Amino acid sequence: MSKKVSLRIWRGDKDSGEFKSYETEADDGMVVLDVVHQVQATQAPDLAVRWNCKAGKCGSCSAEINGMPRLMCMTRLSDLPEGEPITVEPMMAFPIIKDLVTDVSWNFRVKQTIKPFKPRPPDAPDGTWRMDQRDVDRVQEFRKCIECFLCQNVCHVLRDHAKHETFIGPRFFVHTAALEMHPLDTEDRVPALKDDYNLGYCNITKCCTKVCPESITITDNAIIPLKERVVDRFYDPVRRLFRVLSGS
Amino acid sequence: MAEAARPRKVRLFLVTERKDKWWVTPLLTFLGLSTFIVYVTWAAFQNANYTFGPYLSPLYAPEIFGHSPHAWFGPPPTWWPGMIPFSPALLILPFPAGFRFTCYYYRGAYYKAFWGDPPSCAVGEPRKSYLGERYFPLIIQNIHRYFLYAALVFIVLLAYDAMLAFRFPDGIHVHVGTLVFCTNVVLLGGYTFGCHSLRHIVGGRKDQLPKDAVGRACYDCVSGLNRRHQLFAWCSLFSVGFTDVYVRMCAMGVWTDARLF
Repeated sequence: MSKKVSLRIWRGDKDSGEFKSYETEADDGMVVLDVVHQVQATQAPDLAVRWNCKAGKCGSCSAEINGMPRLMCMTRLSDLPEGEPITVEPMMAFPIIKDLVTDVSWNFRVKQTIKPFKPRPPDAPDGTWRMDQRDVDRVQEFRKCIECFLCQNVCHVLRDHAKHETFIGPRFFVHTAALEMHPLDTEDRVPALKDDYNLGYCNITKCCTKVCPESITITDNAIIPLKERVVDRFYDPVRRLFRVLSGS
Repeated sequence: MAEAARPRKVRLFLVTERKDKWWVTPLLTFLGLSTFIVYVTWAAFQNANYTFGPYLSPLYAPEIFGHSPHAWFGPPPTWWPGMIPFSPALLILPFPAGFRFTCYYYRGAYYKAFWGDPPSCAVGEPRKSYLGERYFPLIIQNIHRYFLYAALVFIVLLAYDAMLAFRFPDGIHVHVGTLVFCTNVVLLGGYTFGCHSLRHIVGGRKDQLPKDAVGRACYDCVSGLNRRHQLFAWCSLFSVGFTDVYVRMCAMGVWTDARLF
């Protein structure tokens, strides 16, 4: 059954902008991206919105809906308070290009700074490796990431304190964890985690985990285990003593 | 590091477009932790009504020095500074308190509830400067695993106290207090054995998880409890407080410790 929906959509560019109100018809089962498209088709043809798969897999339509970072294509209207205007605005942690579209290219530049996968020599003469399924399963969770950057957006270290120059953010701690915990990988990223990626800025608020559309347990399974590895190497005096004595 | 990307704007303290009741969780956390801290501080300085029959309040266990029959080494030591009122609780409480204070779950919770860092997800913060756990003083939080080692010893001692809660002058019985003590040690065990640092120690630190049956079982058990770490953190906090209240009420004669069988 069709019903009226009120929207407050942020319109503007990198210099200025404001919320503009729209009203449109919505049918049962519609998501926020549907009504934004409807506004674009009928009332605001110049409204900029980035989207692609409409299935929660491409990570393009990230925005803030009623103040919370979410994918527009995965947010059903029926899950939002009925009778109240729906606020849709671009991600706050990144520079605006236009309307709901932000420039997330900083994330790709960060990714290039992370040491890539470096496997040990193959286990078998045919150039293949042997891995325990449990070890693969542990890092497989991190590979579900669709790079929507909602976790980066909600992380207050980036969002409120703008530590973009010194902090890589939860998305790339997940990426680093996927590499660092990989059973075949031989690269050492622990010193970089402490000094370059500044893992210590994370104060474990778990907001990244809360907004992840792929339900990756970012804080408990990626960030905290990495923090513990940094503690092993730099802050645990007994382990340091043991390393000195054993010459490792 | 990659060239900076400036955020669109930084919102002022408590400013947000969120329409849900985002303030409920930090408020409940603030009230819950504040109530516990105030009660425990008061109870620790009482130095009275902390034992009843075979029961010894977990806030005073183990009683290293003290006047009760539970004391390991007898009355308070002569070296105790006169300006600080003696209580057996003051000798042991820094260890479980340190364990909880540096716990990864509690850290995230009290940074939000007490320090507004942030007040809640996607809600404006009160301060512009930010050091995180990268610098002093919060870099000290990295000591957590040492408090874990102490907490593991405490679990053994509290389990022993729970066993003693079955022993009454006329034999082995189960009273309401016995169940309170057993529940408390189970919840504390669930919290302690689900610790993130313990998960790291029993296998998480390696790129290849333990292959032997014992190591595998340990890692799986700790990981399973770790998924409910928040639940156990709150339940065990409540149970510790309630167990002390129970012993205190019985010792004061307000409540009767009913025998079940």
